[in-house]
Amino acid sequence: MSQIETFYEVMRRQGITRRSFMKYCSLTAAALGLGPAFVPKIAHAMATKPRTPVIWVHGLECTCCSESFIRSAHPLAKDVVLSMISLDYDDTLMAAAGFQAEAALMDTIEKYKGNYILAVEGNPPLNEDGMYCIVGGKPFVEQLKMAAEHAKAIISWGACASYGCVQAAAPNPTRATPVHKVILDKPIIKVPGCPPIAEVMTGVITYMLTFDKMPELDRQGRPKMFYSQRIHDKCYRRPHFDAGQFIEHWDDDNARKGYCLYKMGCKGPTTYNACSTVRWNEGTSFPIQSGHGCIGCSEDGFWDQGSFYNRLTNIKQFGIEENADRVGMTAAGVVGGAVAVHAAISALKRAQKKNQEKVEG
Amino acid sequence: MGATPNGFNLDSTGKRIVVDPVTRIEGHMRCEVNVDEQGIIRNAVSTGTMWRGLEVILKGRDPRDAWAFTERICGVCTGTHALTSVRAVEDALGITIPNNANSIRNIMQLNLEIHDHVVHFYHLHALDWVNPINALKADPKATSELQQIVSPSHPMSSPGYFRDVQNRLKAFVESGQLGLFKNGYWDNPAYLLPPEADLMATTHYLEALDLQKEIVKIHTIFGGKNPHPNWLVGGVPCPINVDGTGSVGAINMERLNMVSSIIDKCMEFNKNVYIPDVVAIGGFYKNWLYGGGLSGKSVMAYGDIPENPNDFSAENLYLPRGAIINGNLNEVHDVDQRDPEQVQEFVDHSWYTYGEPGKGLHPWDGVTEPKYELGPNAKGTRTNIIELDEAAKYSWIKAPRWKGHAMEVGPLARYVVGYAKGHEDIKNQVDGLLRTMNLPLTALFSTLGRTAARALESEYCGRLQKHFFDKLVQTIKNGDSTTANVEKWDPKTWPKEAKGVGATEAPRGALGHWIKIKDGRIENYQCVVPTTWNGSPRDVAGNIGAFEASLMDTKMERPEEPVEILRTLHSFDPCLACSTHVMSPDGHEMANVKVR
Repeated sequence: MSQIETFYEVMRRQGITRRSFMKYCSLTAAALGLGPAFVPKIAHAMATKPRTPVIWVHGLECTCCSESFIRSAHPLAKDVVLSMISLDYDDTLMAAAGFQAEAALMDTIEKYKGNYILAVEGNPPLNEDGMYCIVGGKPFVEQLKMAAEHAKAIISWGACASYGCVQAAAPNPTRATPVHKVILDKPIIKVPGCPPIAEVMTGVITYMLTFDKMPELDRQGRPKMFYSQRIHDKCYRRPHFDAGQFIEHWDDDNARKGYCLYKMGCKGPTTYNACSTVRWNEGTSFPIQSGHGCIGCSEDGFWDQGSFYNRLTNIKQFGIEENADRVGMTAAGVVGGAVAVHAAISALKRAQKKNQEKVEG
Repeated sequence: MGATPNGFNLDSTGKRIVVDPVTRIEGHMRCEVNVDEQGIIRNAVSTGTMWRGLEVILKGRDPRDAWAFTERICGVCTGTHALTSVRAVEDALGITIPNNANSIRNIMQLNLEIHDHVVHFYHLHALDWVNPINALKADPKATSELQQIVSPSHPMSSPGYFRDVQNRLKAFVESGQLGLFKNGYWDNPAYLLPPEADLMATTHYLEALDLQKEIVKIHTIFGGKNPHPNWLVGGVPCPINVDGTGSVGAINMERLNMVSSIIDKCMEFNKNVYIPDVVAIGGFYKNWLYGGGLSGKSVMAYGDIPENPNDFSAENLYLPRGAIINGNLNEVHDVDQRDPEQVQEFVDHSWYTYGEPGKGLHPWDGVTEPKYELGPNAKGTRTNIIELDEAAKYSWIKAPRWKGHAMEVGPLARYVVGYAKGHEDIKNQVDGLLRTMNLPLTALFSTLGRTAARALESEYCGRLQKHFFDKLVQTIKNGDSTTANVEKWDPKTWPKEAKGVGATEAPRGALGHWIKIKDGRIENYQCVVPTTWNGSPRDVAGNIGAFEASLMDTKMERPEEPVEILRTLHSFDPCLACSTHVMSPDGHEMANVKVR
């Protein structure tokens, strides 16, 4: 570790071979319409180029996104901050304050015009001239607009920046407003969740650094690689749902057996996120595995969909190949109670089987 | 301006220094001070600069959902608001929780205390004392020797290890992209550590960053994720099943083993790294005893961590409860959150109005109507504040008072209360530390004392975590695997009207939630949080709050570089999203908020 860690070295440390790295450089050359002579040049650039500057601003929020980010296990948060990006402004972690902090922000914008990533945690309130969130004596929305103007791309971290989250729940007293409704002329990647999973956050950033492009997004602006399937589609308790085996009360025998939480209000069937696959905190668990239903924290307006313990009645058994876009378009027309019917039929079948066993036994 | 009733001499004639944003805190905050010709702070003004309005959002919702909303007040002290909320609802509805739920909740709360204290010290506070740039000058071999003296049992102490870290740091600095260290105050004479101590502490900054993601896995096991694990009114959502069908999906032996190993890791880190670092770094700064503020005068704690479930009497709590006023450690007053005369909030210097001046309201009857306006002597405009006018309204934080007194809360307040009450564990820790550092008890009332109390508490919480883990296992062994009481889960079983209080000791101090329930819905919800106490603006009598008091009379090496201000403010671990969410229970008042 005696030299400056470049992009290449970080890739190497993560198990990418020299050969794969060179292949990646040739593919990049080909994609750009450049001849083989350019491959060494690209390789040289990748092996020596400066870390991408990131400006991380905070509006109305609870800092859970920053906390989640530092939980990342692969890559480690320290590797991201020391070797992959240059976190030039982040009021939660930076050493400087006040005047010197603002100078660091201005300096980065000036020096890296068009080449930095703007990460936004939280959102701007628009009531009271924006003064429900003040930074440097001015409304946060001004800082946001200024930092956005010369950004290469914007990442909306979490439910706050993506959709508004808790402070935007009815009646949204401060008129907390998601980033894409204030910044209209920049590519925005939404990484929703309250907070998003740590490895999803670092995954999005490293994808952009590794492949030097925006991740493929769905209609709502979320990276498809993490948000194209519902929790329910990949839930390890799904067989119990299909078999009609449900928890009826907290801590009942069925809960102890790990049955489906649908009747306890689980929002897994309508929530697009990677919790049931990537899981949380280095794959340790996820809400359903630990006995509580999904509360749908990566969905738009999830605070205003009734109690977290109300059973979903507005979903039907759409196939797992459906993506969020199509469901989004058809949700309004869905027949209510379809799942309830399904559940009843499963239960009936199970009861019949039990009776049969009894007779046979 | 003259003396405040709580004993501080304010003089705003000197040069005004503004720090906005105050960084390395949760949320948004501004600080203004006046310094005299010697660079000594003679007037201090602290301002909460954000407001989210969560209580009005809670009105009309299902009380069983409130934990999830209030948990989102803060993602740093994640879970503590949720615990306070389920306690408030259970108190209102007369719901008791099973023994195992009490143990699991305590383990989660203690786990948060440790995580929060470690992250605070290394990632939010350390750069006020530690100079990572200076670490480049260190001799790795001498650093290794220092490490082995400071903490003989810490295994990561070889010269090669420190050389690797130093090389990595060197590469980082030489790249010219300083990232988080950019524009730091690295040549300020306020930094006193020798390069070897800087290298050791910077190395631990990275070690702690790796460790903190392990600590929280206890939340993930019991609550499914971190930040923001899941909670449940009536108990905890995770069922226990150690040997039956389906135990692989529940709290079983493998999960318990993982919890146990994390508890051990926490205890090791406290013992081998955190406490020794505080002693070592503190040793170099032990003549810098500024920042006492209210800590030697008025402190308060609600107490927490009940041994037996559903019993919040002071004798049943491991973290102490009580209030001390006017520096009289011989008398510890009991604190009752239900008494309308004890906890009250005032808004004379906050951007709210009660309609009449000087009025204080108990949280059950709390009213909030936002009123953003700058005083006549403020400089700038309403959307470009140059200087605030503290004689008028100047903060989004309300001013809570206990029987009219401005109070400091937090780890130091808990430790002062515990010490005064003769709490055995706390007294032993404090006396031991002071003996080691050769400092008198009065040294405790300082910025350093606040930082040290947090470290001692982390160590104590580690032991308590172990105690409740053993208790959990013993209860399961005795045949009781219950984790939730669902008797009153159904709102049909609830009274038509009910009200309750939930109290905890959040990492940053005394936290209370007050709820009123009517017809199965939240009629009124109020939170009074630690940073509301500590970050409180002035009250109508002129008492200054804990942040402001702690900055008074501090000498600044270079007034234009706010190292000393950051040091002392950070010693409270400010959490602004917590303190400034406070909002009216009366939703109709929101009609007064202009939508532009």
